[in-house]
Amino acid sequence: MSVDSMFVHKMWDDDELSKMVKGGVPFAMLSDAGGKIGKLYGIFDEAAGIETRGRFIIDPDGVIQGFEVLSPPVGRNVNETIRQVQAFQLVRATGGAEATPSGWRPGKKTLKPGINLVGKVWQEWKTEEAFD
Amino acid sequence: MAEEASAGCTRPGGGPVAEETAVEEAPTITRKEETAMIRVGQKAPDFTASGYQQGKFVNVRLYEYLGKWVLLCFYPGDFTFV
Repeated sequence: MSVDSMFVHKMWDDDELSKMVKGGVPFAMLSDAGGKIGKLYGIFDEAAGIETRGRFIIDPDGVIQGFEVLSPPVGRNVNETIRQVQAFQLVRATGGAEATPSGWRPGKKTLKPGINLVGKVWQEWKTEEAFD
Repeated sequence: MAEEASAGCTRPGGGPVAEETAVEEAPTITRKEETAMIRVGQKAPDFTASGYQQGKFVNVRLYEYLGKWVLLCFYPGDFTFV
């Protein structure tokens, strides 16, 4: 979503993005004229009149589970976004019985929060795991 | 989900979908813009927006996607570089 009109979105997709992604962008490119929605989400830059790089993960109940906001010159890491969605999906699927420690990715060990884990995380999880 | 929209000469609107409240506002009160910071664990504010998707102009409402995971991404502008 940006402040550009849907017409500009079409031209961008036709002229450039479809050369990067076969078949063009598959999802909806939305228009937020005047930044009304960006203001609602707290990421609209009033001085510049543009949206900053805000990214929100919204669960099936419509609840915001995470967000990240970057200023314009630095792009996002899509793999990290996907990893976070996978982590939130796992937590939801287990009804909160499992949690994903720092550095978790699919296949890696989860933690089961509870009284038996108090003071025992050092046995279950190693610091190096945060970095791989 | 997204319904197809016709391409006219005016720029279609869209914006926050206000919760339906029957609050009477005195005309002298100026409406303050909502700029409260979003918090995790709170409901994502609903909105409608026009857009473009795969050869069609569409109208999208966020809450039509309830039941699915949604990634909502804002960016500074089309034809920007990163």
